[in-house]
Amino acid sequence: MRAVGGLGAVAWVALLALLGWPSAAAGQQRVESCVTCHLETGDDRLADPVKRFGEDIHSAKGFGCVACHGGDAKEAGMEAMDPAKGYIGKPDRQQVQTVCGRCHSDARFMKRYNPALRVDQVTEYATSVHGRRLKELGDPKVAICVSCHPAHSIKPPSDPRSTVHPLKVAETCGRCHADAKHMEAYKIPTDQFQKYKESVHWRMMSIKGDLSAPTCNDCHGNHGAAPPGVTWVGNVCGQCHAVQAEFFAKSIHAKVFAQMGAPGCAACHSNHEIKEATDAMLGLGDNAVCAGCHAAGDKGGKAAVEMRALLDSLSGESEKARAILLQAERAGMEVSQAQFDLNGAKDALVKARAAVHAFTVQAVKKEGEPGFAIGAKAYARGVRALDELQFRRKGLAVSLVIILALIVGLVLRIRQLDRRS
Amino acid sequence: MLIPPNRHGRLWTWLDTRVGLAELEKLLKKKEVPVHRHTLWYYLGGMTLFLFMIQVATGILLLLYYRPSAEEAYESIQFLMAEVEFGWLIRSIHAWAANLMIFTLFIHLFSVLLLKAYRPPREVTWLSGIGLLGVALGLGFTGYLLPWNQLAYFATKVGTEITGVVPVVGPFLGRVLRGGDEVTGATLTRFYGIHVAVLPAITTLLLGLHLFLVQRHGMSVPPSVEQAGGPRRTMPFFPNFLLRDLVGWLSALAALAALAAYFPTELGQKADPFAPAPAGIRPEWYFMFMFQTLKLLPSYILGIEGEVVGVISFGLGGLFLLLIPFLDRRTARGEPSHLFTWIGIAIIVYMLILTYLGYTMVPTQ
Repeated sequence: MRAVGGLGAVAWVALLALLGWPSAAAGQQRVESCVTCHLETGDDRLADPVKRFGEDIHSAKGFGCVACHGGDAKEAGMEAMDPAKGYIGKPDRQQVQTVCGRCHSDARFMKRYNPALRVDQVTEYATSVHGRRLKELGDPKVAICVSCHPAHSIKPPSDPRSTVHPLKVAETCGRCHADAKHMEAYKIPTDQFQKYKESVHWRMMSIKGDLSAPTCNDCHGNHGAAPPGVTWVGNVCGQCHAVQAEFFAKSIHAKVFAQMGAPGCAACHSNHEIKEATDAMLGLGDNAVCAGCHAAGDKGGKAAVEMRALLDSLSGESEKARAILLQAERAGMEVSQAQFDLNGAKDALVKARAAVHAFTVQAVKKEGEPGFAIGAKAYARGVRALDELQFRRKGLAVSLVIILALIVGLVLRIRQLDRRS
Repeated sequence: MLIPPNRHGRLWTWLDTRVGLAELEKLLKKKEVPVHRHTLWYYLGGMTLFLFMIQVATGILLLLYYRPSAEEAYESIQFLMAEVEFGWLIRSIHAWAANLMIFTLFIHLFSVLLLKAYRPPREVTWLSGIGLLGVALGLGFTGYLLPWNQLAYFATKVGTEITGVVPVVGPFLGRVLRGGDEVTGATLTRFYGIHVAVLPAITTLLLGLHLFLVQRHGMSVPPSVEQAGGPRRTMPFFPNFLLRDLVGWLSALAALAALAAYFPTELGQKADPFAPAPAGIRPEWYFMFMFQTLKLLPSYILGIEGEVVGVISFGLGGLFLLLIPFLDRRTARGEPSHLFTWIGIAIIVYMLILTYLGYTMVPTQ
């Protein structure tokens, strides 16, 4: 067993040497004594970090054990772990951010490896709920750097195997936030992960493959993770939904919601389980969110119903035009230009839907009006195409009658000639 | 025989004095068409000519609106189809008449082949006819690209790639056809030039020769009819045969009108060289048997690329077809020639089966 273990260790050393470990950056020797000993101990707790480190981004960039743990890897024995030589062993929870920050907060140093990478993670972390609880309360359960970026197997966010790849972020956060036992003391919900998986954002990301769709960190921040305050939820959503946010910021609801303590966008759209917004949300119908506060008699209720009617009407006109053009196209008529022009009505509908966030009928009407004009023009083109089709068919019938008459005349003449000859 | 000067009125007399209409009338009246059980096939040549005249007429009208550049070709046809009065009709008739013309041309060719109408002294008539077939296929190939839509673009890409397979001169020919290494706006411009100027000019010459020879030698009586004692009667070309021709032409016109009204030629999507090739790229039906043959050939035959073997075989096949009047010595001597009858039937069966497979076989097979 021992011999096998020894051979295995040699193989790992060779593999890690091939992978370029370690410390090209620091100009250190490529094979460290840490690796040799940790693999030879036969203790998995000591060997595993070494084995995993081969695929770590730091290893790929040429960093070795001493970059984080200190000590002297040139020493063959236990002297390598001499505190006098800077050895700190496994950093404790309070220490981790300092260890990581030594490099990651140093802009000049980081520029040599990844000039695009931010260097404010530690500062951001200090503003996060995690960082504040760690500093102020010494909370042993809050997330620290290695909670999300597992030590010895850290990969860049662009790597699909990374715990912070967009598709994995929710799962990584959910490891704690979806664990009712872990979160018990904090008295906050633990269904965010489950709800997020039901949301349109997750569907866009996981099914449509749009990695720019938001996940936890896009709304809460990553290193500075905190729940958005009720007054600035709109700013957060507005990062992507800029037009809607602009309309909302100028609307009556922005002020009223702030006074009510309602969380901006989330008041109507919810937060983690944001469903695809549909026209049904507007008005006073069964699924309308407006009905939560407004009634048919009040001014807001009337506006909601009117805005909904406008959207329905524009959507209906556009659909009617699309259907007639499709009918004409299927009949062989050339209506591709009209079909292209009809996209303008769709654009107007999108804009009118965004303008709903101004919560005034005028705003919706202003954005929707061009769409009505385009839809009417396209519909008229469809009607003209179908009329033209009827004209063609009647024309064909007339032509066929004339041709048939000519043929009959010719046949009679031929028979007459044949009889004569 | 002296024709009374005032027989057809004063205009006739005026023209006759200047262009010799009476001689033309005499010629027409003298021309006789044999009547026998195969007379029906005589109408195919005239039918093809009628459809060709429709092509010329509609083609000239299309020229008024068509703009031969990659930037404008598609849009100009879109405009023609949607905005120009009867533009749709002209384009649809042009496209449908092209297909019908090639169809009747093939039937005409095979009727001539099986009835041995190529035998002396009509060898040159046959040669000019085969030449006209080649030109018609060329018109079809070049015309297909002109709308500059997706299907046409990729079909031309495949078609010109096949040309590039021809040994020695293939790559050069491919570049000449494309006007470069790829199918681009330059290809469209030269296809347009070939379609509206070069090939029509060649057609005019070949057609003139073909019609002159038909006029000179008259209709060929099939050997089987001759052996049975020859046709029992004849009919005057003018007006008896010509009126029958007219019945056929009017029927073709009615069919064209119905096809154009119920199945107007589609325009599809504008060609996008950067888009992936659409599924189901097929050449026009008259190229399908060759396309399918190339698809079915193994990668290598006797160490030579299958596609090269296929292209060379079609070249040799075309040459064989061209030289049939000189190869079929028995028919030339007036003896029965079953071999060439069977060769003709084999060619027809081969084309039918491969065309059928081309439309029914799934691409993976």
